[in-house]
Amino acid sequence: MANSFSFSAKNLLIDPKKEVAKIVDRLRFFMKNKLKRRGVVVGLSGGIDSSVSCALAVEAFGPGRVLGLHMPERHSGEKTLLMSRMVSDHCKIDSFYEDITGILESLNFYKRYDNAVSSVIPGYGEGWKSKIVTSDITENRGFTLFSVVAQAPNGELIKKRLPLRIYLEILAATNFKQRTRKILEYYYADLSHYAVIGTPNRLEYDQGFFVKQGDGAADIKPIAHLYKTQVYQLAEYLGVPESILMRPATTDTYSLDQGQDEFYFFLPYEKMDLCLYAKNNGIQPDLVAAAIGLTKEQVEYVFRDIEIKRSTTHYLHLQPLLVESVPEVIC
Amino acid sequence: MANMKEKIRSYIIDNFLLGDEEGLEDQTSFLDAGIVDSTGILELVDFIDDEFDIKISDDEIVPENLDSINNIIGFLERKLSF
Repeated sequence: MANSFSFSAKNLLIDPKKEVAKIVDRLRFFMKNKLKRRGVVVGLSGGIDSSVSCALAVEAFGPGRVLGLHMPERHSGEKTLLMSRMVSDHCKIDSFYEDITGILESLNFYKRYDNAVSSVIPGYGEGWKSKIVTSDITENRGFTLFSVVAQAPNGELIKKRLPLRIYLEILAATNFKQRTRKILEYYYADLSHYAVIGTPNRLEYDQGFFVKQGDGAADIKPIAHLYKTQVYQLAEYLGVPESILMRPATTDTYSLDQGQDEFYFFLPYEKMDLCLYAKNNGIQPDLVAAAIGLTKEQVEYVFRDIEIKRSTTHYLHLQPLLVESVPEVIC
Repeated sequence: MANMKEKIRSYIIDNFLLGDEEGLEDQTSFLDAGIVDSTGILELVDFIDDEFDIKISDDEIVPENLDSINNIIGFLERKLSF
Protein backbone atom coordinates (compact mmCIF):
# COMPACT_ATOMS: atom_id res chain seq x y z
CA MET A 1 0.00 0.00 0.00
CA ALA A 2 1.36 3.39 -0.94
CA ASN A 3 1.67 6.15 1.59
CA SER A 4 -1.51 8.04 0.79
CA PHE A 5 -0.29 11.15 2.60
CA SER A 6 2.47 11.74 0.07
CA PHE A 7 0.71 10.62 -3.07
CA SER A 8 2.35 11.92 -6.25
CA ALA A 9 4.02 10.78 -9.45
CA LYS A 10 6.85 9.50 -7.26
CA ASN A 11 4.66 6.55 -6.33
CA LEU A 12 5.22 5.23 -9.85
CA LEU A 13 9.01 5.37 -9.73
CA ILE A 14 10.70 2.00 -10.25
CA ASP A 15 14.26 0.74 -10.34
CA PRO A 16 14.71 0.33 -14.12
CA LYS A 17 17.76 -1.89 -13.83
CA LYS A 18 15.99 -4.37 -11.57
CA GLU A 19 12.82 -4.23 -13.63
CA VAL A 20 14.66 -4.94 -16.87
CA ALA A 21 16.49 -7.85 -15.24
CA LYS A 22 13.17 -9.26 -14.00
CA ILE A 23 11.47 -8.95 -17.39
CA VAL A 24 14.43 -10.43 -19.25
CA ASP A 25 14.47 -13.37 -16.86
CA ARG A 26 10.74 -14.01 -17.40
CA LEU A 27 10.99 -13.66 -21.18
CA ARG A 28 13.79 -16.21 -21.30
CA PHE A 29 11.90 -18.54 -18.97
CA PHE A 30 8.73 -18.37 -21.09
CA MET A 31 10.63 -18.87 -24.31
CA LYS A 32 12.51 -21.91 -23.05
CA ASN A 33 9.75 -23.59 -21.05
CA LYS A 34 6.46 -22.52 -22.59
CA LEU A 35 6.74 -21.11 -26.10
CA LYS A 36 9.73 -23.10 -27.29
CA ARG A 37 10.35 -20.78 -30.25
CA ARG A 38 13.63 -19.44 -31.61
CA GLY A 39 13.03 -15.72 -31.31
CA VAL A 40 10.36 -13.00 -31.47
CA VAL A 41 8.61 -10.69 -33.91
CA VAL A 42 7.72 -7.16 -32.82
CA GLY A 43 5.47 -4.82 -34.76
CA LEU A 44 7.12 -1.39 -34.57
CA SER A 45 4.94 1.71 -34.59
CA GLY A 46 7.57 4.22 -33.57
CA GLY A 47 5.73 4.65 -30.28
CA ILE A 48 7.15 4.19 -26.81
CA ASP A 49 5.50 0.83 -26.03
CA SER A 50 6.66 -1.11 -29.07
CA SER A 51 10.11 0.53 -28.83
CA VAL A 52 10.59 -0.55 -25.21
CA SER A 53 9.17 -4.02 -25.92
CA CYS A 54 11.64 -4.40 -28.76
CA ALA A 55 14.57 -3.23 -26.65
CA LEU A 56 13.58 -5.67 -23.89
CA ALA A 57 13.38 -8.52 -26.39
CA VAL A 58 16.88 -7.65 -27.59
CA GLU A 59 18.11 -7.67 -23.97
CA ALA A 60 16.53 -11.09 -23.50
CA PHE A 61 17.39 -12.87 -26.73
CA GLY A 62 19.97 -10.74 -28.52
CA PRO A 63 19.43 -8.73 -31.73
CA GLY A 64 19.80 -11.82 -33.93
CA ARG A 65 16.63 -13.34 -32.50
CA VAL A 66 14.39 -10.28 -32.77
CA LEU A 67 12.63 -9.30 -35.99
CA GLY A 68 10.94 -5.91 -36.40
CA LEU A 69 8.05 -5.12 -38.71
CA HIS A 70 7.19 -1.68 -40.09
CA MET A 71 3.54 -1.68 -41.19
CA PRO A 72 2.32 1.82 -42.04
CA GLU A 73 -0.79 2.54 -44.09
CA ARG A 74 -2.34 5.52 -45.83
CA HIS A 75 -3.53 7.16 -42.60
CA SER A 76 -0.30 6.67 -40.62
CA GLY A 77 1.48 9.75 -39.39
CA GLU A 78 4.18 11.24 -41.58
CA LYS A 79 6.89 10.40 -39.06
CA THR A 80 5.72 6.88 -38.21
CA LEU A 81 8.04 5.01 -40.56
CA LEU A 82 10.99 7.26 -39.76
CA MET A 83 10.49 6.61 -36.04
CA SER A 84 9.99 2.86 -36.31
CA ARG A 85 13.11 2.55 -38.46
CA MET A 86 14.98 4.54 -35.84
CA VAL A 87 14.09 1.82 -33.34
CA SER A 88 15.15 -1.11 -35.52
CA ASP A 89 18.42 0.72 -36.29
CA HIS A 90 18.98 1.53 -32.62
CA CYS A 91 18.33 -2.08 -31.59
CA LYS A 92 20.44 -3.39 -34.50
CA ILE A 93 17.76 -5.88 -35.52
CA ASP A 94 16.62 -7.08 -38.92
CA SER A 95 13.29 -5.65 -40.00
CA PHE A 96 10.82 -5.87 -42.86
CA TYR A 97 8.64 -3.21 -44.41
CA GLU A 98 5.02 -4.06 -45.23
CA ASP A 99 2.78 -1.19 -46.28
CA ILE A 100 -0.69 -2.53 -45.42
CA THR A 101 -2.58 0.05 -47.52
CA GLY A 102 -3.11 -2.47 -50.33
CA ILE A 103 -4.53 -5.11 -47.98
CA LEU A 104 -6.85 -2.54 -46.40
CA GLU A 105 -7.96 -1.44 -49.87
CA SER A 106 -8.79 -5.01 -50.80
CA LEU A 107 -10.91 -5.21 -47.65
CA ASN A 108 -12.66 -2.01 -48.77
CA PHE A 109 -11.55 -0.39 -45.52
CA TYR A 110 -11.11 3.15 -46.84
CA LYS A 111 -14.41 3.03 -48.71
CA ARG A 112 -16.29 1.64 -45.71
CA TYR A 113 -14.74 4.24 -43.42
CA ASP A 114 -15.34 7.20 -45.75
CA ASN A 115 -18.94 6.14 -46.41
CA ALA A 116 -19.61 5.87 -42.68
CA VAL A 117 -18.12 9.28 -41.90
CA SER A 118 -19.82 10.97 -44.87
CA SER A 119 -23.19 9.73 -43.64
CA VAL A 120 -22.84 12.04 -40.63
CA ILE A 121 -20.68 14.71 -42.28
CA PRO A 122 -21.99 15.30 -45.83
CA GLY A 123 -19.20 16.18 -48.26
CA TYR A 124 -16.55 14.17 -46.42
CA GLY A 125 -14.16 12.48 -48.84
CA GLU A 126 -11.00 13.17 -50.82
CA GLY A 127 -8.73 15.69 -49.12
CA TRP A 128 -10.50 15.49 -45.74
CA LYS A 129 -9.01 14.07 -42.57
CA SER A 130 -10.77 12.73 -39.51
CA LYS A 131 -10.48 11.07 -36.13
CA ILE A 132 -12.77 9.61 -33.48
CA VAL A 133 -12.88 11.29 -30.07
CA THR A 134 -14.52 10.31 -26.80
CA SER A 135 -16.74 12.52 -24.68
CA ASP A 136 -15.56 14.12 -21.49
CA ILE A 137 -16.75 11.60 -18.89
CA THR A 138 -17.46 14.39 -16.43
CA GLU A 139 -19.72 15.91 -19.06
CA ASN A 140 -21.81 12.79 -19.62
CA ARG A 141 -21.25 11.64 -16.03
CA GLY A 142 -20.23 8.05 -16.67
CA PHE A 143 -21.61 7.45 -20.15
CA THR A 144 -19.03 7.40 -22.92
CA LEU A 145 -20.08 8.84 -26.26
CA PHE A 146 -18.01 8.91 -29.42
CA SER A 147 -17.85 11.67 -32.00
CA VAL A 148 -16.11 12.05 -35.33
CA VAL A 149 -13.99 15.16 -35.84
CA ALA A 150 -13.41 15.92 -39.52
CA GLN A 151 -11.14 18.52 -41.03
CA ALA A 152 -12.17 19.90 -44.41
CA PRO A 153 -9.50 20.68 -47.02
CA ASN A 154 -9.85 24.38 -46.09
CA GLY A 155 -8.98 23.54 -42.46
CA GLU A 156 -12.51 23.86 -41.06
CA LEU A 157 -13.19 21.40 -38.22
CA ILE A 158 -16.60 19.74 -37.84
CA LYS A 159 -17.59 17.53 -34.90
CA LYS A 160 -20.61 15.20 -34.87
CA ARG A 161 -21.66 12.56 -32.34
CA LEU A 162 -21.80 9.11 -33.86
CA PRO A 163 -25.13 7.29 -33.84
CA LEU A 164 -25.09 3.55 -33.11
CA ARG A 165 -24.93 2.11 -36.62
CA ILE A 166 -22.22 4.51 -37.83
CA TYR A 167 -20.17 4.10 -34.66
CA LEU A 168 -20.17 0.32 -35.11
CA GLU A 169 -19.30 0.58 -38.82
CA ILE A 170 -16.30 2.82 -38.10
CA LEU A 171 -15.17 0.63 -35.20
CA ALA A 172 -15.49 -2.61 -37.16
CA ALA A 173 -13.74 -1.21 -40.23
CA THR A 174 -10.92 0.42 -38.27
CA ASN A 175 -10.22 -2.85 -36.46
CA PHE A 176 -9.10 -4.21 -39.85
CA LYS A 177 -5.87 -2.27 -39.29
CA GLN A 178 -4.81 -3.96 -36.07
CA ARG A 179 -5.93 -7.37 -37.31
CA THR A 180 -4.10 -7.00 -40.61
CA ARG A 181 -0.90 -6.12 -38.78
CA LYS A 182 -1.30 -9.16 -36.55
CA ILE A 183 -1.75 -11.46 -39.56
CA LEU A 184 1.60 -10.22 -40.87
CA GLU A 185 3.30 -10.54 -37.49
CA TYR A 186 2.28 -14.19 -37.30
CA TYR A 187 3.26 -14.75 -40.92
CA TYR A 188 6.80 -13.62 -40.17
CA ALA A 189 6.78 -15.49 -36.87
CA ASP A 190 5.82 -18.71 -38.62
CA LEU A 191 8.52 -18.16 -41.24
CA SER A 192 11.22 -18.22 -38.59
CA HIS A 193 9.55 -20.35 -35.91
CA TYR A 194 9.35 -17.25 -33.74
CA ALA A 195 6.80 -16.03 -31.18
CA VAL A 196 4.96 -12.69 -31.31
CA ILE A 197 5.44 -9.91 -28.78
CA GLY A 198 2.39 -7.90 -27.67
CA THR A 199 3.08 -4.33 -26.59
CA PRO A 200 0.27 -3.07 -24.33
CA ASN A 201 1.17 -1.18 -21.19
CA ARG A 202 -0.85 -1.66 -18.00
CA LEU A 203 -3.30 1.14 -18.73
CA GLU A 204 -4.17 -0.34 -22.11
CA TYR A 205 -4.23 -3.92 -20.86
CA ASP A 206 -6.35 -3.21 -17.79
CA GLN A 207 -8.78 -0.89 -19.55
CA GLY A 208 -9.24 -2.97 -22.70
CA PHE A 209 -7.68 -0.50 -25.08
CA PHE A 210 -6.87 -3.07 -27.75
CA VAL A 211 -8.52 -5.00 -30.55
CA LYS A 212 -9.38 -8.61 -29.86
CA GLN A 213 -7.40 -10.81 -32.26
CA GLY A 214 -5.68 -7.60 -33.36
CA ASP A 215 -3.08 -5.84 -31.25
CA GLY A 216 -4.50 -7.84 -28.31
CA ALA A 217 -3.19 -11.09 -29.80
CA ALA A 218 0.34 -12.12 -28.84
CA ASP A 219 2.41 -14.84 -27.20
CA ILE A 220 4.16 -12.63 -24.63
CA LYS A 221 3.28 -9.17 -23.32
CA PRO A 222 6.41 -7.96 -21.53
CA ILE A 223 5.17 -4.56 -20.33
CA ALA A 224 1.49 -5.29 -19.57
CA HIS A 225 2.18 -4.97 -15.83
CA LEU A 226 3.81 -1.53 -16.13
CA TYR A 227 2.09 1.85 -15.98
CA LYS A 228 2.89 3.98 -18.98
CA THR A 229 5.06 6.38 -16.99
CA GLN A 230 7.08 3.34 -15.89
CA VAL A 231 7.47 2.31 -19.53
CA TYR A 232 9.06 5.73 -20.11
CA GLN A 233 11.43 5.08 -17.21
CA LEU A 234 12.52 1.83 -18.84
CA ALA A 235 12.85 3.61 -22.18
CA GLU A 236 15.33 6.06 -20.71
CA TYR A 237 17.31 3.28 -19.05
CA LEU A 238 17.37 1.22 -22.27
CA GLY A 239 18.53 4.22 -24.31
CA VAL A 240 15.50 4.45 -26.57
CA PRO A 241 16.08 7.40 -28.97
CA GLU A 242 15.14 10.78 -27.54
CA SER A 243 12.75 11.64 -30.37
CA ILE A 244 10.64 8.60 -29.48
CA LEU A 245 10.62 9.58 -25.82
CA MET A 246 9.45 13.05 -26.84
CA ARG A 247 6.75 11.87 -29.29
CA PRO A 248 3.24 12.51 -27.93
CA ALA A 249 1.25 9.32 -27.20
CA THR A 250 -0.87 8.74 -30.27
CA THR A 251 -3.06 5.95 -31.59
CA ASP A 252 -1.70 6.58 -35.11
CA THR A 253 -4.92 5.01 -36.38
CA TYR A 254 -6.81 7.92 -37.94
CA SER A 255 -5.84 10.38 -40.65
CA LEU A 256 -6.16 13.35 -38.28
CA ASP A 257 -3.68 13.41 -35.38
CA GLN A 258 -5.28 11.78 -32.37
CA GLY A 259 -3.98 11.45 -28.84
CA GLN A 260 -4.93 8.40 -26.76
CA ASP A 261 -6.56 10.76 -24.27
CA GLU A 262 -8.96 11.92 -26.98
CA PHE A 263 -10.05 8.46 -27.98
CA TYR A 264 -10.22 6.37 -24.88
CA PHE A 265 -8.85 7.66 -21.62
CA PHE A 266 -10.17 11.22 -21.30
CA LEU A 267 -7.04 12.26 -19.36
CA PRO A 268 -3.40 12.40 -20.47
CA TYR A 269 -1.59 9.18 -19.61
CA GLU A 270 0.40 10.72 -16.74
CA LYS A 271 -2.84 11.51 -14.92
CA MET A 272 -4.58 8.30 -15.96
CA ASP A 273 -1.63 6.32 -14.61
CA LEU A 274 -1.95 8.03 -11.25
CA CYS A 275 -5.71 7.50 -11.15
CA LEU A 276 -5.37 3.82 -11.99
CA TYR A 277 -2.57 3.36 -9.47
CA ALA A 278 -4.58 5.17 -6.82
CA LYS A 279 -7.67 3.11 -7.48
CA ASN A 280 -5.68 -0.11 -7.41
CA ASN A 281 -4.04 0.85 -4.13
CA GLY A 282 -6.98 2.29 -2.21
CA ILE A 283 -5.86 5.93 -2.33
CA GLN A 284 -8.74 8.31 -1.74
CA PRO A 285 -10.05 10.61 -4.52
CA ASP A 286 -9.34 13.84 -2.61
CA LEU A 287 -5.63 12.98 -2.38
CA VAL A 288 -5.55 12.09 -6.06
CA ALA A 289 -7.37 15.31 -6.94
CA ALA A 290 -4.75 17.37 -5.16
CA ALA A 291 -1.94 15.51 -6.90
CA ILE A 292 -3.22 15.86 -10.47
CA GLY A 293 -5.14 19.13 -10.43
CA LEU A 294 -8.69 17.82 -10.77
CA THR A 295 -11.64 18.12 -8.43
CA LYS A 296 -12.55 15.27 -6.12
CA GLU A 297 -15.76 14.80 -8.11
CA GLN A 298 -13.83 14.49 -11.38
CA VAL A 299 -11.52 11.87 -9.87
CA GLU A 300 -14.57 9.94 -8.67
CA TYR A 301 -15.88 9.95 -12.26
CA VAL A 302 -12.52 8.67 -13.49
CA PHE A 303 -12.52 5.92 -10.83
CA ARG A 304 -16.03 4.94 -11.89
CA ASP A 305 -15.04 4.97 -15.55
CA ILE A 306 -12.05 2.72 -14.80
CA GLU A 307 -14.42 0.22 -13.19
CA ILE A 308 -16.91 0.42 -16.06
CA LYS A 309 -14.23 -0.03 -18.73
CA ARG A 310 -12.73 -2.94 -16.80
CA SER A 311 -16.13 -4.59 -16.66
CA THR A 312 -17.30 -3.89 -20.20
CA THR A 313 -14.02 -4.93 -21.84
CA HIS A 314 -13.68 -8.15 -19.86
CA TYR A 315 -14.85 -9.95 -22.99
CA LEU A 316 -11.68 -8.87 -24.79
CA HIS A 317 -9.52 -10.82 -22.35
CA LEU A 318 -11.53 -14.03 -22.49
CA GLN A 319 -10.18 -17.12 -24.14
CA PRO A 320 -12.81 -19.03 -26.17
CA LEU A 321 -15.27 -20.47 -23.66
CA LEU A 322 -15.75 -24.22 -23.50
CA VAL A 323 -18.95 -25.91 -22.38
CA GLU A 324 -16.85 -28.46 -20.52
CA SER A 325 -13.20 -28.24 -19.59
CA VAL A 326 -10.78 -30.45 -21.48
CA PRO A 327 -8.33 -31.34 -18.73
CA GLU A 328 -5.84 -32.96 -21.09
CA VAL A 329 -5.13 -29.53 -22.61
CA ILE A 330 -3.06 -27.35 -20.28
CA CYS A 331 -3.38 -23.63 -20.96
CA MET B 1 -47.34 5.27 -17.88
CA ALA B 2 -47.59 1.59 -16.96
CA ASN B 3 -47.51 0.78 -20.65
CA MET B 4 -44.41 2.96 -21.13
CA LYS B 5 -42.62 1.23 -18.28
CA GLU B 6 -43.55 -2.19 -19.63
CA LYS B 7 -42.19 -1.32 -23.09
CA ILE B 8 -38.88 -0.19 -21.62
CA ARG B 9 -38.61 -3.12 -19.28
CA SER B 10 -39.39 -5.59 -22.08
CA TYR B 11 -36.76 -3.99 -24.31
CA ILE B 12 -34.08 -4.16 -21.60
CA ILE B 13 -34.88 -7.77 -20.80
CA ASP B 14 -35.09 -8.86 -24.42
CA ASN B 15 -32.15 -6.91 -25.84
CA PHE B 16 -29.60 -6.98 -23.02
CA LEU B 17 -30.55 -9.95 -20.84
CA LEU B 18 -31.59 -12.60 -23.38
CA GLY B 19 -35.05 -12.74 -21.85
CA ASP B 20 -33.85 -13.43 -18.29
CA GLU B 21 -35.14 -10.68 -16.00
CA GLU B 22 -33.58 -12.02 -12.80
CA GLY B 23 -31.99 -9.23 -10.78
CA LEU B 24 -33.49 -6.41 -12.81
CA GLU B 25 -35.42 -4.02 -10.58
CA ASP B 26 -36.86 -0.70 -11.68
CA GLN B 27 -34.09 1.09 -9.80
CA THR B 28 -31.22 -1.18 -10.95
CA SER B 29 -28.31 0.84 -12.37
CA PHE B 30 -27.56 -0.52 -15.83
CA LEU B 31 -23.93 0.56 -15.52
CA ASP B 32 -23.33 -0.83 -12.04
CA ALA B 33 -25.04 -4.12 -12.93
CA GLY B 34 -22.99 -4.43 -16.11
CA ILE B 35 -26.14 -4.53 -18.24
CA VAL B 36 -25.06 -1.89 -20.75
CA ASP B 37 -21.75 -0.61 -22.07
CA SER B 38 -21.08 2.38 -24.33
CA THR B 39 -22.61 0.53 -27.27
CA GLY B 40 -25.61 -0.44 -25.15
CA ILE B 41 -26.26 3.21 -24.31
CA LEU B 42 -26.43 4.03 -28.01
CA GLU B 43 -28.82 1.11 -28.56
CA LEU B 44 -30.98 2.38 -25.73
CA VAL B 45 -31.02 5.91 -27.13
CA ASP B 46 -32.03 4.61 -30.57
CA PHE B 47 -34.81 2.52 -29.04
CA ILE B 48 -36.25 5.38 -27.00
CA ASP B 49 -36.01 7.82 -29.93
CA ASP B 50 -37.89 5.41 -32.19
CA GLU B 51 -40.38 4.02 -29.69
CA PHE B 52 -41.47 7.34 -28.22
CA ASP B 53 -40.89 9.47 -31.31
CA ILE B 54 -38.52 11.90 -29.60
CA LYS B 55 -34.97 13.09 -30.20
CA ILE B 56 -32.65 12.73 -27.24
CA SER B 57 -29.96 15.41 -27.40
CA ASP B 58 -26.31 14.70 -26.58
CA ASP B 59 -26.45 16.56 -23.28
CA GLU B 60 -29.42 14.46 -22.19
CA ILE B 61 -27.43 11.22 -22.51
CA VAL B 62 -26.46 11.04 -18.84
CA PRO B 63 -27.04 8.40 -16.14
CA GLU B 64 -29.62 10.59 -14.37
CA ASN B 65 -31.85 10.17 -17.45
CA LEU B 66 -31.01 6.70 -18.73
CA ASP B 67 -29.25 4.50 -16.16
CA SER B 68 -32.31 2.63 -14.83
CA ILE B 69 -35.90 1.96 -15.75
CA ASN B 70 -37.02 4.51 -13.17
CA ASN B 71 -34.59 7.10 -14.50
CA ILE B 72 -35.86 6.60 -18.05
CA ILE B 73 -39.47 6.92 -16.95
CA GLY B 74 -38.67 10.13 -15.06
CA PHE B 75 -36.79 11.50 -18.05
CA LEU B 76 -39.59 10.66 -20.48
CA GLU B 77 -42.20 12.22 -18.20
CA ARG B 78 -40.22 15.46 -18.15
CA LYS B 79 -39.40 15.33 -21.86
CA LEU B 80 -42.90 14.48 -23.07
CA SER B 81 -44.57 17.06 -20.83
CA PHE B 82 -42.95 19.89 -22.81
